[in-house]
Amino acid sequence: MTTRTHVFAATAALSVALGLAAPAWAQSRDQIRVVGSSTVFPFTTAVAESFGKSGRFKTPVVESTGTGGGLKLFCAGVGPAHPDIADASRRIKKSEIDQCAANGVTTMTELKIGYDGIALASSRKAAPVSLSTVVLWKALAKEVPVNGALVANPYRLWSDIDPALPRAAIEVLGPPPTSGTRDTFNELAMLEGCKKVAEVARAVPDETARERACMTIREDGAYVEAGENDNLIVQKLSANPNAFGVFGYSYLDQNRDTLQAARMDGVELTAETVAAGKYELARPLYVYVKNAHAGVIPGIREFIGEYTSERAMGDDGYLVDKGLIPEPKALRDVARVEAVNLTPLQF
Amino acid sequence: MTDLVERDVAAVTPSPASSPGPSSAPKSRLRSEAFARRLRARHAAERRFRLAGAAAVALAALMLVLLLGSIVAKGASAFLETRIRLEVTLDPAEVAERNYAVPLRRALYAQFPQVTDRAGRRVLNDLLSSGAPYELEAMVAKNPALAGTTQTVWVRADDQIDQLVKGAYRRDLPESGRGISDAKVAAADALLASGALAQGFNTTLFTAGDSREPEQAGIGGAIAGSLLTLLVTMALSVPTGIAAAVYLEEFAPKNRWTDLIEVNINNLAAVPSIIFGLLGLAVFLGFFGMPRSAPLVGGLVMALMTLPVIIIASRVALKAVPPSIREAALGIGASPLQTVLHHVLPLALPGILTGTIIGMARALGETAPLLMIGMVAFVVDIPHGLTDSATVLPVQIYMWADSPERAFTERTSAAILVLLGILILLNGAAVILRKIFERRW
Repeated sequence: MTTRTHVFAATAALSVALGLAAPAWAQSRDQIRVVGSSTVFPFTTAVAESFGKSGRFKTPVVESTGTGGGLKLFCAGVGPAHPDIADASRRIKKSEIDQCAANGVTTMTELKIGYDGIALASSRKAAPVSLSTVVLWKALAKEVPVNGALVANPYRLWSDIDPALPRAAIEVLGPPPTSGTRDTFNELAMLEGCKKVAEVARAVPDETARERACMTIREDGAYVEAGENDNLIVQKLSANPNAFGVFGYSYLDQNRDTLQAARMDGVELTAETVAAGKYELARPLYVYVKNAHAGVIPGIREFIGEYTSERAMGDDGYLVDKGLIPEPKALRDVARVEAVNLTPLQF
Repeated sequence: MTDLVERDVAAVTPSPASSPGPSSAPKSRLRSEAFARRLRARHAAERRFRLAGAAAVALAALMLVLLLGSIVAKGASAFLETRIRLEVTLDPAEVAERNYAVPLRRALYAQFPQVTDRAGRRVLNDLLSSGAPYELEAMVAKNPALAGTTQTVWVRADDQIDQLVKGAYRRDLPESGRGISDAKVAAADALLASGALAQGFNTTLFTAGDSREPEQAGIGGAIAGSLLTLLVTMALSVPTGIAAAVYLEEFAPKNRWTDLIEVNINNLAAVPSIIFGLLGLAVFLGFFGMPRSAPLVGGLVMALMTLPVIIIASRVALKAVPPSIREAALGIGASPLQTVLHHVLPLALPGILTGTIIGMARALGETAPLLMIGMVAFVVDIPHGLTDSATVLPVQIYMWADSPERAFTERTSAAILVLLGILILLNGAAVILRKIFERRW
């Protein structure tokens, strides 16, 4: 019995010690913490590294948690225990703003850092093709209209949809539903393509139901969920010239020798077409800054300054080397002033 | 084999009294066709079984060779890095304002006097790693007397040049499809021809922290993080685990409570590691308010995860010590505590060590629980304390595997090789320790 009492006493003492020590950790932090999107991760880390090398501040720690997970952490509260900056591959939602406000995060600054294009790429061994959002939707939707009613997708070959397309089985490797890239693909390719097919509106009059039907991807093997690892998709595409892969522009840019991107409605995927708004499958990328932390955690203003500087975001900046597609100079200059002054986001 | 034959002979011999053993058994029976058939069938079954066993081993070996072969083939080149030789004149004025990019560029332009236009010079600038000025700065910081002199330095080349020298780009493709411009290829070839571009052992890989630039990225930070994490894990789980095992095995009464505890420990050993991460998030970060990404929290979580493994292994080792040792010790008047500390525990130590090392090896290779407590992060600074932000080796591998730059592919494989090397060392140590201390009764 005495032994057991000792054990309990020791455990109790340990917990008390940890409990007493805890506030000391929570009081201060001298390192910026960033969480959020895996798409923005390569850009924020590049800025963080360059910022850290300037030597005045510690290198910020960047976590890749996904946009939703990142904003959840970001909105959890104010104080050193919570991150200062959130990366997002889509704009923050009203529900997330409300969540933030409920936890005391009332003012934040929004910074649009540029664009990411979504590539539909195939191996260079295949002949180059031109797709469109309508073709993509017809190829990948779970149900498509035939004679005025929605039926399970009957298309097996690309040539079933459009005789001009190759006689090859539809096979698209893409990210799983948890990915921000998938969200964007659903919205920009599936929904937009679906809207252009008039029969869908007639078959499903209810708007919410229609939207859901539009964004439901077929599950009969034509769309293969290839996990979050884009390098894996790149490898699989080299092995199978008939397959297409869905991923971000930076991966395409780094693998131009093995991959080629399909044109969308005749528009090629290049930094220029995305920045000009001609390429359809492009999305803006955002960074959110917690205003309450500026001046408390050292270096936040300077970090944002580095992020928005021409040597990072500019046309020849190092973020462009990482695959970011910058905004036009005039818009960048406005964004820079707003970001550095921490102009609060009005939603 | 012989006893099989003997049993068979016994079975065909009608009277046990006249059973004289295989050699002198009645020849007619042993030569009967039925006997021969059965014997052949049994031998064939034996051969098939052995063949299946050997095939299983061969298959496993083949898989291992394939795995290791592909990793080594991809990763071996990462142990070399490409450097560029430059004759750098360190102007004291530039040194004073810490402007090291300019002297480097000047030295590079001097090697290409024919390039004078801006576009051409930009290509030349891109030959150097963006970390090269910092290398030069570190060199001058170490020896301030270098200011004002001309030095021959070898600085890191850009990762594209590194990959080009290693043959990762296909030169036969057109410029648009190759991923590296013709101008860069030409400049690199010129440097290579003049001997100003050479490969050497990649020390950066082992000393540097993470970086977005492959040529500046290393696993130094991740190894430090792994060590700090394992330190906490070991300090916590080894004493606790052994104490729990000794108490449960040697002192605890056998009743429903200890049964319940035993079931729970066995259960915990099989719980997926991510659950421990969630626990760490809720308890250590949420309740105690410990910092995110700290090796301290990582170590605590890993300690919880390895604790059941250590307890189970230690209990098995304690159980294997023969009761006669305890009885003899008690018999000559040792107290139960003395019996355990002086006799049982030393004899059980090899088994306990093996279990501990295997538990540590598992903790070393774990990433899932660290995801929840923020150790899957981009950390550049090498951690020096238990509360510094850190990451660990397997996480570093995971993050590099997900990076678009192709130079990270080989570094991923190289990091895997280092991790495998450490694991082999640990498991080898477990085998050697067991061999040295093992006692048989």
